[in-house]
Amino acid sequence: MTDAPRSFQEIILRLQSYWASKGCAVLQPYDMEVGAGTFHPATTLRALGSNHWAAAYVQPSRRPTDGRYGENPNRLQHYYQYQVIIKPSPPDLQELYLGSLRAIGIDPTLHDIRFVEDDWESPTLGAWGLGWEVWCDGMEVSQFTYFQQVGGHDCRPVSGELTYGLERLAMYVLGVDHVMEMPFNDPDAPIALKYGDVFRQTEEEYSRHNFDTATTEMLLRHFEDAEAECAKILSAPAEDPRTGKRIVMAHPAYDQAIKASHLFNLLDARGVISVTERQAYIGRVRALAKACADAFVTTEAGGAAA
Amino acid sequence: MPDLLIELFSEEIPARMQARAAQDLKRMVTDGLVEAGLTYASAGAFHTPRRLALSVEGLSEASRDTVEERKGPRTDAPEKALEGFLRSTGLTKDQLEIRDEKKGQAYFARITHEGRPAETIVAEVLTAAIRNFPWPKSMRWGAGDLRWVRPLHSILCILSDEQGARVVPMEVDGIAAGDSTRGHRFMGPDAFSVTSFEDYEAKLKRGCVLLRADERAETIWSEASSQAFAQGLELVEDRGLLDEVAGLVEWPVVLMGEIGADFLDLPPEVLQTSMKEHQKFFSVRDPKSGKITRFVTVANIETRDHGATILAGNGKVLSARLADAKFFWENDLREVREHGLEGMAAGLSNVTFHNRLGSQSDRIARIAALAREIAPQVSADADDAEQAAKVAKADLRSEMVGEFPELQGLMGRYYAQAQGLKPEIAAAAQEHYQPLGPSDAVPAAPVSVAVALADKLDTLAGFWAIDEKPTGSKDPFALRRAALGVIRLVLSNGLRLKLRDLIAAADDRASADDLLSFFHDRLKVHLRAEGIPHDVIDACIAMPGNDDLTLLVARAEALAAFLKTEDGENLTQGFKRANNILTQAETKDGVEYSYGADAKFAESAEEKALFFALDGAQPKIDAAMASEDFGAAMGAMASLRAPIDAFFEAVQVNADNQLLRRNRLNLLSRIRTTCGAVADLTKIEG
Repeated sequence: MTDAPRSFQEIILRLQSYWASKGCAVLQPYDMEVGAGTFHPATTLRALGSNHWAAAYVQPSRRPTDGRYGENPNRLQHYYQYQVIIKPSPPDLQELYLGSLRAIGIDPTLHDIRFVEDDWESPTLGAWGLGWEVWCDGMEVSQFTYFQQVGGHDCRPVSGELTYGLERLAMYVLGVDHVMEMPFNDPDAPIALKYGDVFRQTEEEYSRHNFDTATTEMLLRHFEDAEAECAKILSAPAEDPRTGKRIVMAHPAYDQAIKASHLFNLLDARGVISVTERQAYIGRVRALAKACADAFVTTEAGGAAA
Repeated sequence: MPDLLIELFSEEIPARMQARAAQDLKRMVTDGLVEAGLTYASAGAFHTPRRLALSVEGLSEASRDTVEERKGPRTDAPEKALEGFLRSTGLTKDQLEIRDEKKGQAYFARITHEGRPAETIVAEVLTAAIRNFPWPKSMRWGAGDLRWVRPLHSILCILSDEQGARVVPMEVDGIAAGDSTRGHRFMGPDAFSVTSFEDYEAKLKRGCVLLRADERAETIWSEASSQAFAQGLELVEDRGLLDEVAGLVEWPVVLMGEIGADFLDLPPEVLQTSMKEHQKFFSVRDPKSGKITRFVTVANIETRDHGATILAGNGKVLSARLADAKFFWENDLREVREHGLEGMAAGLSNVTFHNRLGSQSDRIARIAALAREIAPQVSADADDAEQAAKVAKADLRSEMVGEFPELQGLMGRYYAQAQGLKPEIAAAAQEHYQPLGPSDAVPAAPVSVAVALADKLDTLAGFWAIDEKPTGSKDPFALRRAALGVIRLVLSNGLRLKLRDLIAAADDRASADDLLSFFHDRLKVHLRAEGIPHDVIDACIAMPGNDDLTLLVARAEALAAFLKTEDGENLTQGFKRANNILTQAETKDGVEYSYGADAKFAESAEEKALFFALDGAQPKIDAAMASEDFGAAMGAMASLRAPIDAFFEAVQVNADNQLLRRNRLNLLSRIRTTCGAVADLTKIEG
């Protein structure tokens, strides 16, 4: 049994080394604005096709509607998810997961750990899976999902996906009531920083921006641009005239789908999307994600014969 | 006679699916065993979050030999036919019998199917059950193809008798059956083998798993009640939650904790909803004050600190949740104090109800106008109804309802009270949504009724106007429920409304006829559940005033009761006979016989008696109809049954004498008119 971690970053580091020790490639965050770790191509695209895969990474995630100017103890418009994806899902994935809780100082014989039904669905990714939210003493600490479909494609083999909401999990482990009060680095470090020292101001700035100042006409235009660009990229012939090789540009196209998705989230936060329009926008993003998935499965990484 | 024990051990099965799955397992396996020729004495199914189990007692050792007899070709058939028959039966020619048939002789084969041992059958049946299991949602995992609700880890399948237990050899997608299982994930994780159901249940208990869901529920309930009782408190009953929680644990450990003093002033419904929805906590009430003061959580583990860490963690999560709720509550109250519910509702102009039906504000304005119009017809004050409609949905903009949509209406009521609005108006905020389903309570307070009707009629007429009607199983706007709501509001309050007029008032673009027939369809479903057959309702819908549902149902009830009597049934037959003869004659002659029959042309005693009976019944029927007493009207009609029967017995309508014939046809026309006063009896089937 390891001793208890003392800071937010220590929890992240322990998760990194735990999953590294279990054979995952420890990747870095994707360099785009996403709503959740699932959007990282290392999950969305790699869940497709027959190639085996094991990766773990931190993904900064943005949910503009959750902004609370840094005042709410638990809600943030920018937060971190820890994401693990293993394909095919190993038979002892639950045990591996429980091991990761031990690694960050949660002793399952002292706490009440439960797997509570929660079917995961991402309408914008055309993806769904079955699994649970994992509760620790009544608090949701992770999402545990067996991917069944992504971008409208059946997942074969099935990936097991774990998502940890890092701030919430860390607050619990560290016994902190307000996220901004959470030690970011070691509390005894010469320059000890709290989460609020790093993020309070940005939460305020982005909350104002997301809710009141983001230019909606521009966002709408960019949404349409991303949509058009995605289609254009995918419509290019597979054979690259410059190299003469077959190069299907699934990832660049998928970047545009990610962009469209984030722009939609921003528009949503600005309150300019009506309930009925909402469905239409989600459908448009899904169409992009699906087209990218269709393209990816024709590539080598997507399991197509090289 | 061996006993069979099966356990399917998996990752956590959703609580809501467990009980049904255990029953499905029992049904599929026992049906399969019986179909394959085995018998058994009894069977029981069990479920926990991680396992489905089935115990079958007194199973036969093997199925019996059976003999199948098959007829082959005739003896004089070509040789080829015989060869084919031998091939299909696997017999030789000398094993066949030759029997005499009507048209010559034919070959007969007797094929003996040997009985099969229970093992073989169990393996087949269980394999099929696993592969075809009707989970509401199932999944694949890893690289396999098997579908189960969550990954299936092991199969225990043994037959046991006095000699001991033996594993039934079988394998599904790489999982071979064995005789072992595991206990609690944390408290009894080691594998152990079992020899019988008793052994299984006992060892599970030692491994900290209570196999029986009812035992878990009972443990939770009694332990929670006694902990509450010890503090002079009472547990708030919630059967649904109890069943759910019993499905979330294998080893229930009840822990009671306190709700922070800061939160005790929140409305009890808010506390209860937040705790139940988010945390699956039971509420504990102080019987003296009626307030919720504590919570009960059910853990799945005993810990060395006796649950202290778990309780502290749960308490913390609850406090965070309730801090949110309190924040919403206080913000909402401030908003209401400063701007009133009308002010809160103003924000609804930015919320689209439907892109072709405007914003929520537009919708509320329509409902308010309609509620005002309906008010006098339901004995409500028009000003109150209008004001109630204007504020009834304001809480949709409240922060509390944003967080807990299920509290819509109830919060409106609290906020209306806080604003000092009249109690009737506050009540309407909550009650105007009702009835929500076929078993939900129906409001009776006039203002609530007016707003509830206006709300539902506006929705229905609106969606009819833009042609978004329900089709097949698709009813995204819950219009069937809205129509049933109107029906129940009208009937349970005995309201006399002209729905056509109200539909026109709600949205004059809607086809009132079409919407009314939708109401009639829903009414048929509703009344069928109350035992009134559809043809009876059709017969009443065919009458004028069919948009007055109270009147329509009064007709239908009277008719249904009447048709259950012998008089009613026979009168209907008599009416139909009269109507058939008359209709045929009218078609043939191209005239309508409705000039009034004259008694002086009556020849026989039966004919005269019928005139007399009709003359006698008519005023009674007229009087009953004038006072809408359909039962009395039908009672008066009953007196016609004997004379009509006697008339048809003795009199030939289509007489050669044209004068007599015409008079008799006109007499039939009187029968048709008189008997058709309450309902169109031609619609009655049978």
